[in-house]
Amino acid sequence: MKVELIDIHKHFGSVRANDGVSMTIESGSIHGLLGENGAGKTTLMKCLTGYQTIDSGTIKVNGQPVAFASPAEAIRHGIGMLHQEPLDFPQMRVLDNFLLGFDTRLIPDRRAGQNRLQELGTRFRFELDPDAEVTSLTIGERQQLEILRLLALGAQVIILDEPTTGISAPQKAKLFATLRQLADDERRSVVFVSHKLEEVEQLCDRVTVLRHGRVTGEAEMPCPVSTLVELMFGRSLPPLECPTVEHGPPVLQVEGATIPSYRLTVADTRLEVRSGEVVGIAGLEGSGQRLFLRACAGLERITAGRIAIDGKALSHAPYRKFLDAGIAYLPANRMDEGLVTGLTLTEHFALANRTGPFFIDWQAARKEAAERIQHYNVIGRPESPVEALSGGNQQRVLLALLRQKLRLLLMEHPTRGLDVESSNWVWQQLLARREDGTAIVFISADLDELLEYADRIVVFYGGRMLAPVAACDTTVEGLGYMIAGKEPGAGAQQGGAHDEA
Amino acid sequence: MKHNDRWINLLMGIAPIPLTLVFTSLILLAMGASPWEAYRNIFNGAFSSPEKVADVFAACVPLVLCSAGLAITFAAGQWNVGVEGQIILGAIFATWAARTLAWPQVPLLAAMLLAGLLGGALWGSFAGLLKVFGKVHEIFGGLGLNYLAQALAIWLIFNPWKPAGGATMSGTDLFPEAARMPHLGHLRVAPLAVVLALIAVALVTFLLRGTRWGLELKALGKGFVSAFTLGVPATPRLLTAFAACGGMAGIAGTILCSARYIRMIPAISGGQGYLALLVALISGSSNPQWIPFIAFFFAAAGVGSPQLEYNMHLDSSLGGVLEASVVLSVMFVSGWRVLLARKRSQAAALVSAEQEVTA
Repeated sequence: MKVELIDIHKHFGSVRANDGVSMTIESGSIHGLLGENGAGKTTLMKCLTGYQTIDSGTIKVNGQPVAFASPAEAIRHGIGMLHQEPLDFPQMRVLDNFLLGFDTRLIPDRRAGQNRLQELGTRFRFELDPDAEVTSLTIGERQQLEILRLLALGAQVIILDEPTTGISAPQKAKLFATLRQLADDERRSVVFVSHKLEEVEQLCDRVTVLRHGRVTGEAEMPCPVSTLVELMFGRSLPPLECPTVEHGPPVLQVEGATIPSYRLTVADTRLEVRSGEVVGIAGLEGSGQRLFLRACAGLERITAGRIAIDGKALSHAPYRKFLDAGIAYLPANRMDEGLVTGLTLTEHFALANRTGPFFIDWQAARKEAAERIQHYNVIGRPESPVEALSGGNQQRVLLALLRQKLRLLLMEHPTRGLDVESSNWVWQQLLARREDGTAIVFISADLDELLEYADRIVVFYGGRMLAPVAACDTTVEGLGYMIAGKEPGAGAQQGGAHDEA
Repeated sequence: MKHNDRWINLLMGIAPIPLTLVFTSLILLAMGASPWEAYRNIFNGAFSSPEKVADVFAACVPLVLCSAGLAITFAAGQWNVGVEGQIILGAIFATWAARTLAWPQVPLLAAMLLAGLLGGALWGSFAGLLKVFGKVHEIFGGLGLNYLAQALAIWLIFNPWKPAGGATMSGTDLFPEAARMPHLGHLRVAPLAVVLALIAVALVTFLLRGTRWGLELKALGKGFVSAFTLGVPATPRLLTAFAACGGMAGIAGTILCSARYIRMIPAISGGQGYLALLVALISGSSNPQWIPFIAFFFAAAGVGSPQLEYNMHLDSSLGGVLEASVVLSVMFVSGWRVLLARKRSQAAALVSAEQEVTA
C-alpha cells in the first residue's frame, strides 16, 4: 500500500508543528522518519493516523485522497500506529487486549480470538501467554502485543514512534527482525520514527529528515552519517574563537553522583562549575540530563557520590538547604512545576520572596509585580491569573521570579517559547548575573543557543554523561554526532544506562 | 462584554437557589405534600419564636467553627474529613479540664477552651503526620482517627468518667456550674460561643488573605509541585493547616460540651464535622466570609425541619435533603462555571498568542 502525505500543515497556537511536510511511503519498505525532539515527527504521524486533524494538505492512500476523523477510521484504511507509550489496558489480560477493537461484538468469540493470536504469534515467533496480565509484561512484550493487534485489524502500514526506548537489546533485535519480516515477506510498509541515527542506519531502506516542522531532506539508505547529522541539526558554522576568561572558585561540584529513577539510572556523573561560568547541557530528551540537573538542585535523590555548593556538601540535604545555599531551579514544565494555576502574578511574586514578612502588604506586592512585569516585558497584569498568559509570557514570569542574589542558576530550556529577540534579551539578563559570581547550568535542545552562551557543553547520551567540551572547540555538527551517540569512542552500548526490563 | 460578565456571574451565583427549590419541591410533590406548606413549616420551625431563633444560633456555632477550620485545609488542597474526631478530642480535653480544675468560671472556661483547642489540634496533626510522613491519604487517615476518637470517648465515659449511678450512653455527670458557658437568659444560646465563632471566621479570612502562611497554603493547594519548587516548605505548612483546622474543631467540641450538653456524651460531634464539610464546600476556601450565612441556613433547616413531622407527618430528614440538594446544586453550578472559565481562558490564551505573533 502506498501512502502519500502532501503539503501537510499543522499548527498549535503559534507553533508550526508541521509546516508543509510531504513524504511518500512505499509498500514493502521500512521508511525512517528522523529528527530532533520537537521536529514534528510525532505530530505528522498522529495526523496520518487520525489522532489529530490536519490544518491543510492532502493524504492519499493508493492514490485516493482520504481524511481520517479518528484512529479507528485510519485503521479501517489499513494504517495503524504503535505509540511511544503502549496504548493498552494494563489491568486486562493479553487476550482481552487483543480482542478489543478486533472483535467488536457484544460477546466476543474468545476461542477464535485465541486461535488468531496464536497463529499470528507463531508467525513472528512471539511468546505471549494469552492469559497473562498486561502489567506483568515488559514494554517490549507490550509492543509485540500491539503489533499483533494492529495486524489482526488488517494494518498494511505500521507506524512505530520511538519504539526502542526502554526495551532490552535482545527485544530490540527481535523487533527489528519482525519489522524486516513485515516489509520483506509480507510487503507491508513500516514507518520507523526515531532520533537515533544508529538504529535508522541499521534498519531503514529510506529516510525522511524533519527539522523545525519542515522536511530538510530525503535519502536512500545507506547514506553518510555526516549528511544525516547536517539534515537533522542544520549546517554547522565554524567554531567560535576561544575567549580567555578567568572563572572564580568552584560553585558546584558533582563527584561521582549516581541518580536512580524508574526508567533510567544516571551513574557516576562528574562536573565542576566555577563562579561566573556557564555550562550547557545537550542531549535528546530522556537521556538523563534532567535527572542530573534536578539532582544538582536537591530535587532528586543520589545513591552514590557527592554534591557540594560553594564547597559545602549537600549530597543528601533537602531542597530547602539547596535554596538556602543560593541555588535556583527553573523547570521546563512551566505550569506543573514552576507556576501555580489559579494564582495571580502578584501572588507569585509575593510567594517567591521566601524571606518576605508574615503579613503581606498587598499594595507593595502589586507595585513590585507591576515593576517586574514591565521590566521583563510580560504581556499581562499584576492581577492576571498566570494560566491566562501565553506560553512565552509564562516563561518570562518564571525568569522574573528568580531571586536577585544567586550562587547557582539551574535551568531547563530557559528560552523555550520565546522569539529570537526576547531570548537575546533574556540571555543578556542572565549573563549579567555572572558579574555577581553566579554560575549557570542550563539544558537546551537548541544547539545554537548552547554554542552561543555556554563556556563548556556536556552531552548526555542514554543515561551517560560524556566529558565536557569547550564550546569554542566544537560545532553544531560535532554536538549532533555526540547527541546521536555517534561520537568515536562514545560507545553507545556500554553506557551507564540500566534497562528497566 | 464586561457588563455581560457581571450579569452572568450574578446569575450563576443565584442559580443554585431555584435549582434546589425545584429539586426538593419535586421530591415533596412525589410524596404528595405541598412544597409551599413544607417550606413554611421549616421556616416557622426555625424562626417563629425567640427560643427557636436562639436554637438556630446555637446550632450554627459549631458548624461555623468547623467550616472556618476546613476553609484552611481546603485552601491547602486537603480533604480533612477527620473533623468529627477533632471535635470529639476537643470535647474530651475540655471535659478533662472541667472535671479536674476546681477554678472559678472565667479562668476555668479559658482553660477549657485552650484544652479543647489543643486536643483538636493534636488530632488534626495526627491526620497531617499520617499524610506527610506515612503517605496515608488524609481521607482514610481522618476516617480512621474519627473511629479512634469515638472509641476513646466511649471508653472514658464508661470507665474513668462513669457517673455515680452507673455508666450509660447519656454521658457523664453534668459539669459544675463554673464549667458551663453562660446562656443568654433562658435562651439556649451562649453569646460567648457566637462571638468566638465570628472571631474564628474573621481570623481565618485574614490569615488566608493577608498572610504569607495563607498564600503558601493556597499555592500548595493549587499546585503542590510548583509551590514546592518556588520554595514553599510543604511539610510544616500542611501540618500547621491540619493543626489549625483541628484546633477550631476542638473549640467547637468545647462549646458543644460546655454550652449545649453541659456534659460529655458519646455522640458529642453528632455529624457536625461532615455537615461542616458541606458548608465549606459551598463557601470554598477563597470566600470564608460566607461561612456564617451558609451555616445559618443549614442550622435553620436543621432546627426547623422537625416541624414537618408534627404538622405534616413528613419525615424530618427532609431538612437533610434540603441541605444536601443545596450542596449538589452549588457544586453543579460551580462545575459549569469552571468549564466556562476554562473555555474563556483558552480563548484568551489563543488571542494573546496571536498578539505575540503579530507583535
